[in-house]
Amino acid sequence: MTTLIKDGQAAKDIYLRIDGDDPIPDGGALLVSLPVWQDHWQRLTRRPDPIGVVLASHEHPEVIADDLENFAVIALEFPTFRDGRAYSYARLLRDRYGFSGELRAIGDVLLEQLHYMERVGFNAFELAGDDPLAELETARGDFSVWYQGAVDGRRPASVLRQARTSASK
Amino acid sequence: MAQMLIANRLIDGRVVFRAADGNWVTDIDAGQLIDDNAVADSRLADARTDESDNLIIDPCLIDVAALGAAHEPAVLRESIRAHGPTIAVER
Amino acid sequence: MYRYDEFDRTLVSERVAQFRRQVARRLTGELSEDQFKPLRLMNGLYLQLHAYMLRINVPYGCLSSAQLRALARIARRYDRGYGHFTTRQNIQFNWIALADAPDIMADLAAVEMNTMQSSGNCVRNVTADHYAGRAADEIEDPRVWCELLRQYSILNPEFSYLPRKFKLALTGSPHDRAAVAVHDIGLRMYRDEQGRPGFEVIVGGGQGRTPAIGKTIRQWIEPRHIILYVEAILRVYNLYGRRDNIYKARIKILVTALGIDRFRELVDAEWEQIRATGPVIDDAERARIQACFAPPDYDRAAAGDDPSPAAGISDPAYDAWLRSNVVAHKVAGYAIVNLSLKAPGRVPGDLAADKMERVADLADRFSCGELRINHRQNLSFVDVRRRDLPVLWRALSTLELATPNIGLASDIIACPGLDYCSLANARSIPIAQDLSRHFADTDKLQQVGSLTINISGCMNACGHHHVGNIGILGVDKRGAEFFQLTLGGSADENPSLGDRLGRGLPQADVPAAIERIVDAYLALRGDDETFLQTYRRVGIEPFRAVVYEPQGTTRQVA
Repeated sequence: MTTLIKDGQAAKDIYLRIDGDDPIPDGGALLVSLPVWQDHWQRLTRRPDPIGVVLASHEHPEVIADDLENFAVIALEFPTFRDGRAYSYARLLRDRYGFSGELRAIGDVLLEQLHYMERVGFNAFELAGDDPLAELETARGDFSVWYQGAVDGRRPASVLRQARTSASK
Repeated sequence: MAQMLIANRLIDGRVVFRAADGNWVTDIDAGQLIDDNAVADSRLADARTDESDNLIIDPCLIDVAALGAAHEPAVLRESIRAHGPTIAVER
Repeated sequence: MYRYDEFDRTLVSERVAQFRRQVARRLTGELSEDQFKPLRLMNGLYLQLHAYMLRINVPYGCLSSAQLRALARIARRYDRGYGHFTTRQNIQFNWIALADAPDIMADLAAVEMNTMQSSGNCVRNVTADHYAGRAADEIEDPRVWCELLRQYSILNPEFSYLPRKFKLALTGSPHDRAAVAVHDIGLRMYRDEQGRPGFEVIVGGGQGRTPAIGKTIRQWIEPRHIILYVEAILRVYNLYGRRDNIYKARIKILVTALGIDRFRELVDAEWEQIRATGPVIDDAERARIQACFAPPDYDRAAAGDDPSPAAGISDPAYDAWLRSNVVAHKVAGYAIVNLSLKAPGRVPGDLAADKMERVADLADRFSCGELRINHRQNLSFVDVRRRDLPVLWRALSTLELATPNIGLASDIIACPGLDYCSLANARSIPIAQDLSRHFADTDKLQQVGSLTINISGCMNACGHHHVGNIGILGVDKRGAEFFQLTLGGSADENPSLGDRLGRGLPQADVPAAIERIVDAYLALRGDDETFLQTYRRVGIEPFRAVVYEPQGTTRQVA
């Protein structure tokens, strides 16, 4: 049992997951695997309801870089928390390919990793656990200082240092 | 050769041996020698319960010889775990 | 040295608080060992043979006397009164309790130290030439770039779950004292044709079970681009490094599989993408950090000091120490002094708490309150006035820290080995102790000259055996410890991996084998030839013969 957290709130997951030979219903929001998208994109884009795509950890988002306007959601899978490829994928989707929709972390998503994930551009998480929202708040409160700039707009220490120096002049 | 259960205690990592009463002790000579494979398996199952109860980590059975009242692991690695480094500590 | 400001302090204390909560959740069972293990590893806490082991970063080897005193207090209060300096400019404590770890980290934070990312599949402690900023042969002090890279790597949101660990080393000198060629990324400073200082970028070096000398991915890069170039390398590695097999996950495997040219194409394509928009190194921030590394106020009068102070000492041991342990400083009248943690029979890299405090006092008195630790497990005072050398020598001698053997046969690298480490197959320390006693005679040491002997207790190669002039690798043969020798390794600016001599030897036979190898070298060497030079000239066969066919005869098999 997982709970979807989106933009810091518990959210209802309206997307039906479609993979392999699953039939594609005529109505309703769908979250489809990359092969389903590649095989059925014409049919999928004719439907009025929102479409999302799931990328497995070996599927580089470059392959959908030209299709992004079709997607309301891109879900990046962590097959194990150790597999960090999706951090780079998220960053590329936001920074390089300009994806502005929902970027969702699915799979083995650990509490301790949320602050990294938010920083590289994820804004939605499928979390296990009894009270993931409370845990999310705890995890978010762990740090107030970051050394690196990233895609979440938080200013890194180097920028804050210079701002402070300028202000004190 | 007899067997004995060895593990590291969760809270401090110290090497511990399972005694006959089910307690984990730091003195290998107080650890229980187990001669019977079926008993060993059963004690290992108990140890895994202790592991899930967060008392110890990584329990396993090792071969141990009895030299009178003293117990000595068959393998150097486990002997070092039982008795500490083989070298004098820096002073 | 670098001093934390409020941002650094906040980040480190938040990390300690986070870990304190995680430890509490582990002790109550809210976190299982499987869930907790990666969290403790990312904070440098291992479970070893006897207890938890805590690995503490000494970034690029710079340590203050106050920090060393704090380490001594930790050693006494939470450990068994000693610590172990490693080959990666870390210090390790061997007898740590999990419940104490957050308090230790808080004590470390109070002296601006931390354990962050000293393990885990992330960017580890950034290491550097331990003479950085002081060596007479240096082009530029690399430490500002080290610190920028340290900050870049700590809690990096994109690169904290790499395929495998990732080690960076820098040198600002053409003479490589940081073993940069056997790191995932090595940065070696040199001047281009216009005389501008920049870094050669070397990638894919490493030791372990698949040792490799790094390959040059970029001949020269302006230092201010270095963070972005490292980012490009890390991104390519994060995306394409193997994750299916832990033994094939290091970047060296990727570089070898793709070939350096294809790997360079990928990195350069990535770099082209990010260099226009990526974060540049802010000049003001760079200047702030640079100011931390400003040299102390040297006494100009020191230049007039006697350049080779004897001050009434007519002791050959002092002369030997001057030759072996004292190194040229870039400022006239000053010297760099190496403290040997390799007295005969001692445990390489270990230092007792009492001695840590005495060393801290000496650093205050003779070296501006700072010291360095280096990848050969010794310490250095880098700002010693030459006229103080005799007094310092006497003080270090009473502490058994003046053995005149830096870079010589008894200056042995040894990993903790099977006496402490859960990965080891054999004990490294007893071999090191035997050999250092064997080479205890100063005259013999000086006669043999430059010779590195490196010992690892398993193929993970923490003891750098692949790059020892003589490497010793402990293996387990059906429950018994055996040792395989390699010859011809080197970690300097002309790096090489050692060649395997032959079948493994039992522990008792190792000193005699080393003796025969050294005697063969002495018989074969040309004028002023080092062991390595002789080996490179004559090859392995003469050495193989003396080890496996002593007295020139093959033993009769009955």
